Amino acid sequence: MKIHEYQAKEILRKYGVETPRGIPCFSVDEAVAAAQKLGGKVWMVKAQIHAGGRGKGGGVKLAKSSDEVRQHASRILGMMLKTHQTGGQGQKVRRLLIEEGADIRKELYAGMVVDRGTQRVCLMASSEGGMDIEEVAAKTPDKIHKVFIDPMTGLKDSEADDIARKIGIPETSLAKTRPALQGLYKAFDETDASLAEINPLILTGSGEVIALDAKINFDDNALFRHPDVFAMRDLDEEDPDEIEASKFDLSYISLDGNIGCLVNGAGLAMATMDIAKLYGGSPANFLDVGGGASAEKVTEAFKIMLRNPNVKAILVNIFGGIMKCDVIAEGIVAAAKEVHLNVPLVVRLEGTNVELGKKILAESGLPIISGNNMADAAAKVVKAAHGAGA
Amino acid sequence: MSILIDKNTRVMTQGITGKTGQFHTKMGKEYANGRTCYVAGVNPKKPGESYQGIPIFATVQEAREKTGATVSVIYVPPPFAAAAIDEAVDANLDLVICITEGIPVRDMIRTKYRMQGRHTRLIGPNCPGVITPDEIKIGIMPGHIHKKGPIGVVSRSGTLTYEAVGQLMEQGLGQSTCVGIGGDPVNGMKHVDIMKLFNDDPQTEAVIMVGEIGGSDEEDCARWIKANMKKPVVGFIAGVTAPPGKRMGHAGAIISGGKGTAAEKIAVMEACGIRVTRNPAEMGKLLKSVLK
Repeated sequence: MKIHEYQAKEILRKYGVETPRGIPCFSVDEAVAAAQKLGGKVWMVKAQIHAGGRGKGGGVKLAKSSDEVRQHASRILGMMLKTHQTGGQGQKVRRLLIEEGADIRKELYAGMVVDRGTQRVCLMASSEGGMDIEEVAAKTPDKIHKVFIDPMTGLKDSEADDIARKIGIPETSLAKTRPALQGLYKAFDETDASLAEINPLILTGSGEVIALDAKINFDDNALFRHPDVFAMRDLDEEDPDEIEASKFDLSYISLDGNIGCLVNGAGLAMATMDIAKLYGGSPANFLDVGGGASAEKVTEAFKIMLRNPNVKAILVNIFGGIMKCDVIAEGIVAAAKEVHLNVPLVVRLEGTNVELGKKILAESGLPIISGNNMADAAAKVVKAAHGAGA
Repeated sequence: MSILIDKNTRVMTQGITGKTGQFHTKMGKEYANGRTCYVAGVNPKKPGESYQGIPIFATVQEAREKTGATVSVIYVPPPFAAAAIDEAVDANLDLVICITEGIPVRDMIRTKYRMQGRHTRLIGPNCPGVITPDEIKIGIMPGHIHKKGPIGVVSRSGTLTYEAVGQLMEQGLGQSTCVGIGGDPVNGMKHVDIMKLFNDDPQTEAVIMVGEIGGSDEEDCARWIKANMKKPVVGFIAGVTAPPGKRMGHAGAIISGGKGTAAEKIAVMEACGIRVTRNPAEMGKLLKSVLK
C-alpha cells in the first residue's frame, strides 16, 4: 500500500525525524489559510499524488506571497499531473501540502528496502540527493553507500555516523543526522514498510538535517496489525479495477493490451501473458484467481476483465491441482451467461478432472474455443483478438 | 534417490486442525507411502486428540520425541506462521516446509536471522511444497500428475511448476524431486541451494529451473551452475511482459530499482551456459533435447 508525502512525514515525525512544518489541504482557500497559519515569507505548494517525479511535472511550486500561494494552489489542484510514474493520462491532484520554505545547503538521499540477498533491511544513502536515485545507481554506483541492518540491534550510532560521513555530512551535524537515519529505520521496521525514501534529505544553512520529501510503501501482508496505517489508504489514487478485484481476493493488474488473461497462480499468470506476447498478442491484464477459486470468483474475474473496453478476446489458462477443472468449467459457463460475453473466449484446461471440465464446456452450447495446450491456446486467442479488432 | 524427502521421511503437520492443514494432510497420507510418512500433528490447544488416526501433540518438540518425525509442514495462518517456523527450528528438525501465503516480510527477516547457524533447512513460505514422486508428497501440489524419473524441478511458482511437470510427462519424463521454493522475497532455500542437492543426487540426470521477475536468485544460481554443475540445466523465466513497479501476485515478483527484469535474468543464465526458452509451452521439449 502507498500513502501520500504528508502522511509519510507524519509517520517520520513520530519517530523523531525532522521535517518542515506543513499542513495538508483540499481546497485553494485552505491552502491560503495554511500559509498564513505557518507564517514566514516563502512556502512550498506541493501536489499530493502517489507517483514520484511531481516537481518535474509542474506539481511543486515555490510561493513568495499569499497571492502566489493562491495562484499555484488553484493551478495545481485538479490538474492532471503527468510524471514518469503516472502513465500517459496523468493523475488528478486532489490534495495539496503547504509547507514552510527551507534553507537548503546540501541535498542528500536516504532510502530503505528489504535486501533479498542478505535478507535484511538495507539503508542506502547518497550525497546525490534530489535526483532520480536509479539514475545515480546506474551512472555512479560508488556514490551509493549501504548498511545492512541487524534486526536485533537496529541501526547503530556508529553505522549512522559512518554512512553520514560518507555522504558528506560535516562532523558538527552528525548528531543531527543520527535521529534522521535511525528514525527512518524505526519507522520502517515498526510500521512494516516495504520501501521508505527521503529524497532529498537536506542539510540546512544552520546545520540541521531535515526530510524535505518522504515516501513510504507498506507490506500488504502486515496491514492487519496497523489499522492506523491502513486508514491512510487513498482509494482515489488506485486503479478502480484493481480495487474491485481486491474485494474478491483476486490479484489483478491493468495493462495496455487487448487480450484478457484469467489464470490460476501468479507464475503461470505471468507465463500466460508472456506466451500471448510471444505469439504476437498483447495482454490486457495480469489476473491470478488463486488456488481456491469458486464459480463466483471466476464470474467476478470475468466482469472485471470485461470492464476494460480494450479487451478483444479472453484467454483462460487453468492448471487444475486442488482446484478441479470441472469446477472451473462450471464457473466459466455461469460467468459467460451472466456477463453476456461478447468477445471470443479461448479456454485451456489441464490437470485434475480435465476431461470432465472439457465436457462441461463442450456441452454448454457456448462458442468457446478450446486450446489443447498453452501454445495452441495462445495462438488461437491472438488470432481471435486480431479478427475482432479488424 | 531423490533430494530432501523420500519414503523414509517422517512428517508432522503444524496447523493440522485447520481446514487446509487437514485437507492436505489427508491427501499426503493417501499418496504413495504417505500412510507411514505422516505421523504427527501439532496444536498447542488440542494435545491428545487425533486426526485421521494421526496423534496431535502440544509442541513440535514433543511430536518429534514421541514419533521420530524430523520434517514438518506448516499450514498455520500468516500472523502466526513465522513463530511456527521458529518452533520447528528450536526443535532442531531437519526440514521445515512452510506452505502459508501472506506472512509479513518483517516476521520472516527475524525468523531467518534466528535460523543463522542452525541445523534446520526451510522451504518456502508461500510455496506448493516438495514431492518425490511415487514416494512422498508434502504440500498442495496434485500428486497424480507426477511420476518417478530422472528430472529435477525447482521453481518459485506453484502452478507453473505443475505446468513444467505436465510437459515433462508429455515427453515421457518422470521426476526425481520437484521443489517449489516459493514466491516471497525473504524465504528459505534458494534456487542455488536446491541445485547443489540435485547435482549430488545420483537419480537426477537433468534439471528444469523455473524463475520469475524480482531479486537475483536465478542469476546467483546460474553463476554457480557455470562453475560447478555436472548435469544439464534448462530454464524459463516468467514475467518478460511484466511492467516495472507492479507486483505480479507474488510478493517477490516485482521489478524495482531497474533490477530483477526477466531480460536480465535470461541474459545471465544464457551467458552461464543454461538453455533458456522464451516459450513457457516448450520447457519439456527443451529439457528432452539436452538429454543424452
